[in-house]
Amino acid sequence: MKRIDGRKPEELRQLVVKAGVLERAQGSALVKLGRTTALAAVYGPKRLFSKHQQIPNKGLLEAHYVMLPFSTDDRIRPGTSRRSTEISKVMRLALEPVLFLEEFPRAGIEIHVAILQAEAGTRTAAINAASVALADAGIPMKDLVVSVSAGKIDGEYVLDLVGKEEEMTECDLPIAYIPREKKISLLQMDGDMPLKDVKGVMNLAIKGCEIIYEKQKQALKERWIDQVKTTIV
Amino acid sequence: MTTKSDYIVDLAKRSLRTDRRKEDEFRKIEIQKGVIEKAEGSALVRIGSTQVMAGVKMEVKAPFEDTPNEGVLIVGAELSPMASPKFRSGPPGEDAVELARVVDRSIRESHSIDVEKLCITEKEKVWIVNVDIYMLDDGGNLLDAGAIAAVSALLDARMPKYEDGKVIYAEKTKTKVPLTCKPVAISHVKIGDYLFVDPLSEEEEASTAKLTVGTKDNGNICALQKSGVDPFTLKQLDQMFEKSIELGKQIRKLL
Repeated sequence: MKRIDGRKPEELRQLVVKAGVLERAQGSALVKLGRTTALAAVYGPKRLFSKHQQIPNKGLLEAHYVMLPFSTDDRIRPGTSRRSTEISKVMRLALEPVLFLEEFPRAGIEIHVAILQAEAGTRTAAINAASVALADAGIPMKDLVVSVSAGKIDGEYVLDLVGKEEEMTECDLPIAYIPREKKISLLQMDGDMPLKDVKGVMNLAIKGCEIIYEKQKQALKERWIDQVKTTIV
Repeated sequence: MTTKSDYIVDLAKRSLRTDRRKEDEFRKIEIQKGVIEKAEGSALVRIGSTQVMAGVKMEVKAPFEDTPNEGVLIVGAELSPMASPKFRSGPPGEDAVELARVVDRSIRESHSIDVEKLCITEKEKVWIVNVDIYMLDDGGNLLDAGAIAAVSALLDARMPKYEDGKVIYAEKTKTKVPLTCKPVAISHVKIGDYLFVDPLSEEEEASTAKLTVGTKDNGNICALQKSGVDPFTLKQLDQMFEKSIELGKQIRKLL
């Protein structure tokens, strides 16, 4: 089967991962999958100023996802929307299992992700970028979290849907995956499919995650072992 | 006052700065245009370690009733919590609103866009030009960086195709946004009794007053904003006006 952009069914779009692209943030990362670009910044663990936010036995993880006004064809009004609120939530829950929040009682860790350009798969790009930014910040983690979506078009499972494929697919199923434990920390699906196919699509997404995982590790090595200077563009 | 601020104030008495710059010296300015394909125009601007991104989105709407044959330019800016631990998420605070309005004024009030050329059909359809500025990394002087990014994004912008009452964003025409001049904003901070341009964020914290001066290609002044609690003498103002015109000329060459 040939896809609209010429990729094979199990092929990702071109992927670029960079760590340490911002100076102020304790950790930062840029993930570019095709034209979709996510920039993540991490602050913390730091003292939470408002007492009511503090949790006595663990740290508080905050995640904010935002699409920049000029990231899509139709301008997006600045500020939060119902969509960005939901994605912020699922992103936070996808990342939390790999953190040792119990080590940071009463403290807070903040993740900010800005989608600079959007062309399908912004939530998965956001999770990939946030995960590398957390590691770049030196926050103790069990593993990196990796995310990608998959679907089924013309009877075949396809990885990393883009453009028209999002309308053609029988389902859109994004996952977040913790490779070392082989666990799933984000699972969503829109569509209508038998169980067999749901499993097939999920397995393909896991395969995609393994590829992204290597790129994430490579970006962190370049930043911290080879000390390569990275920039956003 | 922090120890760091005390140190900066102490250095200022000898006209010295923590990064060894002269009082009227800018950090290195880098401008990269066309960084976001989905935007009609875009730019990433770096001044030292400060990073700011601006993008232009255009849409077709009805004009305001009192200006039936004029398009509209709207400039917005966000001080995102990504850029600095000082900023919080949520509705923009007074500093963010002030910054956005000063950048907006320096571009709009300088009449830097020929708004009549943005009219498609009088009283019915005009182009709305949205310029959004997003702060990525606050190493100081976000305002000047934001203004440079906004003008650079406008210079980079190409009008999208407009056909049968629809904007086709995927197809850009060769037509540029009708820019008539390139306004440049220069911010000065007062530390002790001394004035410095292009402040680092630590210098902004140590300062007691700030003046931003927007200038045009012809040397006219198109925006002024004084902030901070400390007043300026007339002599200091003169010095800052002259300096802004001179530095504006140099920076305009980079745009």
